[in-house]
Formats: sequence, structure tokens, C-alpha cells
Amino acid sequence: MAKVPVQFTLNGAEKAEFIDSGTTLLHALRDKIGDTSPKGGCHQGTCGACSVIIDGELRLSCLTLAETCNGATIATTTGLAEGGVLHPLQCAFLDAFATQCGFCTPGMIMAAKVLLDQTPNPSREDVVEALSGNICRCTGYEPIIQAVLSAARSNSQNAA
Amino acid sequence: MALALQTFATVKDAGAALKAAGARYLGGGTLVVRAANEGDVSISGFIRSTEPALSIIRISGGEVRIGASVTMAAVARHPDLATLAHAARAVGGPAIRNMASVGGNLFAPTPYGDFTVALLALDATVSTDDGELPIETFLAKRESNHAIVTAVGFTLPKEGGFRFLKVSRVKPKGISVLSIATVLEHAPDGTVSSARIALGCMADRPIRARAAEKALIGRELTSEGIAPALAVARDGTSPRTDPIASAWYRNEVLPVHLGRLLLA
Ligand SMILES: Cc1cc2nc3c(=O)[nH]c(=O)nc-3n(C[C@H](O)[C@H](O)[C@H](O)COP(=O)(O)OP(=O)(O)OC[C@H]3O[C@@H](n4cnc5c(N)ncnc54)[C@H](O)[C@@H]3O)c2cc1C
Ligand code: FES
Ligand code: FES
Repeated sequence: MAKVPVQFTLNGAEKAEFIDSGTTLLHALRDKIGDTSPKGGCHQGTCGACSVIIDGELRLSCLTLAETCNGATIATTTGLAEGGVLHPLQCAFLDAFATQCGFCTPGMIMAAKVLLDQTPNPSREDVVEALSGNICRCTGYEPIIQAVLSAARSNSQNAA
Repeated sequence: MALALQTFATVKDAGAALKAAGARYLGGGTLVVRAANEGDVSISGFIRSTEPALSIIRISGGEVRIGASVTMAAVARHPDLATLAHAARAVGGPAIRNMASVGGNLFAPTPYGDFTVALLALDATVSTDDGELPIETFLAKRESNHAIVTAVGFTLPKEGGFRFLKVSRVKPKGISVLSIATVLEHAPDGTVSSARIALGCMADRPIRARAAEKALIGRELTSEGIAPALAVARDGTSPRTDPIASAWYRNEVLPVHLGRLLLA
């Protein structure tokens, strides 16, 4: 099958690859580019483990064809830590025991990041709604909700 | 193996390419890429058009035109479509809503198609590269329709005239047990002068509840006033049994939820 070029910005770095036409973004990120932070849980849009942020919006990389992202700006959990310092959301997930097996965590964190970018002081309902497309089979969700609320609180304290 | 995607600048060129056997139009991809990932061998490749008009919402003089590629998230946040925001937010979780298109929702099989239920109650017109059709006619023949949907159009209902309800077991994001949309108008004496009621999950695609609509005319929206409509709410329904609910259950709860929506 003829290869097609794709080019986008991933976590601040320009990426250009030749891929098989019709390759999903999840496949391109994990198997071509080597960013394995988005996880392939269901490939059906149901689990949210593959969630990434494309041009500021949460999307499912398993249902997105990589070619449709030409010129886009993509963020994954890989790009969150700066100079070895974890992002506040990552710290909050660790502190609240919101990550156990960790499979859902990158998707959860991207969903939470979009929320906090748009709503810095979310209510509990906002958090539940923002994470409603992400499934976790380990934690029972409560520690994740608490982690996001706690990251929001520490963000606003730092801003004050 | 990946299925090739062909992108065209115009709907016309995409429409010509879509004639190839097994070619499927790619909207947001939440159903069609899902099917491909699952190994649907009837799909031989994807076609899409990036024509800008497909992504535009136009509102003038109370007439709304939503391009087929417009997402549920874009409808939900549009300041002049606040009436419909609830129905757009009923579709999936946040990531799905950022991808799911209005055009794709018209093709979504039961138990999906929640936004289409709203469009059916609004008596929308579906525009395709092959002409315009009333939504009910479009839905009846959607499998045999190989045209590209370009937009949906409808008249914005009067303030408070549109109501929508989605019943699901999982909150806040769950697949429909059923969904209901109504567009009602009232005579000066407060009785119902016109009614459109659309039902989701009560057949293999959204349908109108004609008998209930007729039974509402001239009635007040009180428990007694709506009783005849509720009594015939199940006329013409043929719900499916799926992992969300049995056909029996859907039929049992339909009048209850329709009653709540009408009295809300
Ligand atoms: C996890 C999950 C949850 C979901 N929850 C809901 C829900 O709660 N409610 C609901 O209604 N739906 C739900 N859906 C289904 C789906 O996301 C929506 O129905 C959505 O609107 C489909 O649009 P799309 O653009 O993604 O369609 P696509 O997958 O791109 O296309 C669907 C079908 O329509 C055809 N098509 C798309 N656009 C056009 C066009 N312009 N012209 C001609 N043909 C076209 C495609 O060829 C394909 O056959 C869910 C899906 C998933 C994966
Ligand atoms: S892998 Fe994409 S939603 Fe599960
Ligand atoms: S931590 Fe295991 S699935 Fe969420």
C-alpha cells in the first residue's frame, strides 16, 4: 500500500512520518513515532485509554486517522513533565493513589488536563463529566476524582 | 491492515469517489473507524471532503443550517443553539462529542442517534449532494442513500417549545434506554395546537409517535390532558432488545418518560 506523509507537532516537537494511509493516530503514535503513553484498550471508543489532546480538544486516537491530523498540535502524557519535574496532575494522581495498574492513567490525565485548562476551578460534577468517557477497572474512580480536584486546588494556590 | 483514506476538497469529487464498492464516507469516525477496527470487511476505504461549508453553522431569521461535519461539541457550545445544547450533550462523553458529527449521527443505528431524535422532532430537512429530503424520508431510506449529507436545516423552535430527554442507566454518560424529543405549540387558551414527538430506541431508527401527537391536539398539558396521548404512545413502536434494555422494558417505560417530559 502506498505510504502517505503525515506531519504534526507532538508535545512541542515537529514530527514527520510516512505511514500506511488509514493508519489510526494511536497506531502512528505508538508504533511509528514511539510515544507509547496513549494506550490501546478497546480500539472502540469506549475506554478512553487512548485519549490525546488535538488542537486543544480531547479526542480518541484509536478512532482518529493520523492523516486527518496533518498540521495539528497534539499533546500526550509524555509531554507533561518538564525537565524531569512531574506535572501537578501527575503528582496529584500519585499522591491520591489514583493510579494502580496505570493503564487508564494517561487517558484520564489528558481528559483532566483539558478540563483544568478550560475550567481551573471545577466542581466535582465537572470532574465526573470530564472523565465520563474514561474507564478505570482498578481504582473505583473516587481517588481519580479527588486527584483532579486536588490538582486544581494546588494550581489555584500556586497562581494566588 | 489500514484502509486507505482519500480526501477531497469538494463534496462533488468526494461524492464521485464514494461510488466505488465498499467506500465509506468518514465523518468523525466514531462509528465507521470503530467498525473498521473491529474488522468490518464490507469497508474497502474511507472518503472525506474538507469543503469548508460542511463545518459551518449558519443562523439567520430563526432558520438554522448546520453543516454535516459540525460536531456535537460545536452545537453544544454555540450561543444561539442553547435550546439544542442538551440534546447535543446527550451524545457520548467529551472526546466522542469532539469527534461525533451531525451528519454521522443521522446514520447511527439504535441505540445511538440521540441528536437525530431532536432533529426529527424539529422536522429538519437533510441536504445532500443529490438534493434535499425531509428527515423522515431520509431516515426511512438511509441505507440505500449513497449521497453525501452536506447539512441539516430547521426552524428554531419558539422559546420553551423544544424539549428533550435521554434515559440511560449510566450517568452522566450512558447509552440510551430511549430518548424523546418534542416540539409543541400552544393556542391562546393554552391547549396544544401542534405537536411533533420523536422517539429514539423505539425502533431500529428514530421514529415519530404520530398517534400520541394526534391525541395531544386540543389538550392541556396536565395529567388528565396528556393521558390519551400516553395511552397510544407505543403505537407503531418496535423496540429492540439489547444489552441496555429489553424491548418489553422500553415499551413499559416509554409512557412514563413521555409523561414526565410533557409535564416538565
Ligand atoms: C463510546 C461511544 C459512545 C457513543 N455514544 C453515543 C450516544 O450516547 N448517542 C449517540 O447518538 N451516539 C453515540 N455514539 C455513536 C456516534 O458517536 C454518534 O452517533 C456520532 O454522531 C456518529 O458520527 P460520526 O461523525 O462519528 O460518524 P462516522 O463514524 O464518521 O460515520 C457513521 C456513518 O455515517 C456515514 N456518514 C458520516 N457522515 C456522513 C455524511 N456527511 N454523508 C454521508 N454519510 C455519512 C459514514 O459513512 C458511516 O456509515 C457513540 C459512539 C461511541 C464510540
Ligand atoms: S482504545 Fe481508544 S477508546 Fe479504548
Ligand atoms: S488504574 Fe488500572 S485501569 Fe485505572
